[in-house]
Amino acid sequence: MSKSSAAMPLPRNHVEVEPAEPVVEVRGIVKRYGTQVVALDGVSLAFRAGELTSLLGPSGCGKTTLLKIIAGLMQPTAGEVLVRGRIVAGPGPDRAFVFQDFALMPWATVLRNVAFGLELKGVARDQREETARRHIARVGLAGFEDRYPHQLSGGMRQRVGLARALAVDAEVLLMDEPFSAVDEQTRRKFQEDLLALCREERKTFIVVTHSIEEAVYLSDRIVLLSPRPGRVSEIVVPEIPRQGTPDEIRRDPVYIDTVEDIWRGLRRYVE
Amino acid sequence: MTVVADVGRRGSVLAALAADPLFWRLASIVVLCGGWEIAGRIPVNYALPSFSATAAAFWRLLADGSLATAYLDTLQPLLLGLVISAVAGIGCGVAMGLNRSAEWAGAPIFIVMQAAPMAALIPLTTFVYGIGLTAKIVAVVMLALPVIVLNSYQAVRHVGPSLVDMARSFMATRRQIVRKIVIPDASPMIFAGLRLGISAGFIGVVLAELLITPTGIGDLITYHRSVADYPEMYATIASIILFAAVTVGALQRLEVALFRPEKRGQP
Repeated sequence: MSKSSAAMPLPRNHVEVEPAEPVVEVRGIVKRYGTQVVALDGVSLAFRAGELTSLLGPSGCGKTTLLKIIAGLMQPTAGEVLVRGRIVAGPGPDRAFVFQDFALMPWATVLRNVAFGLELKGVARDQREETARRHIARVGLAGFEDRYPHQLSGGMRQRVGLARALAVDAEVLLMDEPFSAVDEQTRRKFQEDLLALCREERKTFIVVTHSIEEAVYLSDRIVLLSPRPGRVSEIVVPEIPRQGTPDEIRRDPVYIDTVEDIWRGLRRYVE
Repeated sequence: MTVVADVGRRGSVLAALAADPLFWRLASIVVLCGGWEIAGRIPVNYALPSFSATAAAFWRLLADGSLATAYLDTLQPLLLGLVISAVAGIGCGVAMGLNRSAEWAGAPIFIVMQAAPMAALIPLTTFVYGIGLTAKIVAVVMLALPVIVLNSYQAVRHVGPSLVDMARSFMATRRQIVRKIVIPDASPMIFAGLRLGISAGFIGVVLAELLITPTGIGDLITYHRSVADYPEMYATIASIILFAAVTVGALQRLEVALFRPEKRGQP
C-alpha cells in the first residue's frame, strides 16, 4: 500500500494526479449541531466514476453525516456539494441511498419496495415492475418478488435495499454501513457481490463503514476521518491485487499490512 | 404396546388442543361462565343471578324484542358519534403530527380532554343539548375523540425517520411522503387509537343513557334494576360488553384486511 501513488492501472492511483472531472465533490463542508457540537469541520473530497471510496472512522466522526449531506438529506452549515460540477442543495436523480436499517416498507412486497423510487417518479406500473424484476434478479432474489420484508433474512432485506437503489439507475450510490446489520457470512458474500457490481458498472460508490477489514477489502480509496471535529485525517489507497479469490486477498500480506496500518492510525482516537 | 400407542395418541390429541389458541379462548370463557354459575348459586349476593338464569333472561329479552329496540336506540348515537370522532379525530391527529402550528394549538386541548374525567361533564351536555339524540352523540364524541386524536398524532410523530429519508432520497414530494409513507406507517397505531375510541364511545353512550336520557340499553339496565329483575339486568350488561368486544375485534380484522397485507394469513 502507499499513501502516494505507485504505478497501478486505473483509478487506484488518482490521489495527487487530478484526472477527469470528479463525479461528486464536497468543498469545505462544515456541520454544526447547535453551537457546541462540530460534527464536520471543513471536509473537502472528490469522488471519481468507477471508484469505490470508503469513509472510515470511529463512531462520532461524522461519516454518516457527511454521506447524508452528499445525499442532500441534510444541509451543511457551510460548504457545498457538487455533482458533475453543479452545486446541489437536495436529493437528486443522480444519487441513490442504501440505508443501514434497510428502510423497507413493511407493508409492501419486495417488488413494490424495489420499484418504489420509480413509483415516486411516476413511471407506469408495467414499466417500473419490469425494471424492478430485473434488479431483483440481479441481486439474487428472483422468486421473492411477492414476499414481504419480514419474511426475508437481514441479508436479503439489504439486497432489496440495494436493488431499489440500482433500479433508479443513479450514477452515484451512497451506502450507509450497508452490512452492519447483517451476519458475518452474509456480509462476506455481499462484499464480493459489491465488488463484482463495481467492476460491471462505472458507478461512483461511497460507502460508510466502521470495519477496517471491510474498507480495505472493498475500497479503491479509504478516507479516514478523525472524530470531533470530523476532519479528513488521512487518505489511504490500498494496493491489493484484486485478481485472486477472496481468501487469497484476505491472506495477502499487503491486505494485512494495510489493515494494521489503518488500525495504528485510528487507535489514538479510540483510546 | 397398544397401551403405549394409545397413551401416545391421547397425548398428541392433547398437544394439538393445547397448541390451538381457540382451545384456550374457549377454556377461558368456560372458566369464567362456570365461576359465574357457582357464584350465582351460592349465592354470593342476592342481586347476582347465576349464569344460566342470565342466559335464560337473555333469550326472553331477545324473544320479546326489547333488546332489539334498545339496541336500535343506542346504536344510532353511538355510530354517528364514532363516525364523527373517527373522521375528525384522525384528521386532527394527523394534522397535529405533520404541522407544528396545529400541534401547538391542538395538543394541549386534547391532552387535557384525555386526562380529565370527561364522564363528569356528561350531565352538563343536557343543559346545552337537552336529552335528545344530540346529547348522546356529544357524550360519545367527548369520550372517543381525545384518544383517537392523541393516538393518530403520536402515530404520525413516530413514523420511521429512515423511511421518510428513503422517500426523500428518491425526491418524493411532501404529498407523496404523507400518502405513501406516513399514513401507512402510522396506520397500526391510528387503528389502535380507533379501537380505544370505540370502547370509549361505548362508555359514553351507556353513561349518557344512564345519566341523562333514559333510553336504549341504559334504560333497559336502569329499568330492570329498579324492578329487581337482576337476570335481565345482567343479561343486558353482558350483551353490551359482548357487543363492544366483537365490534373492536371486527375492526382489528378490517385493519389487517385493508392496510396490512403482510399480516394476512397469519394467526
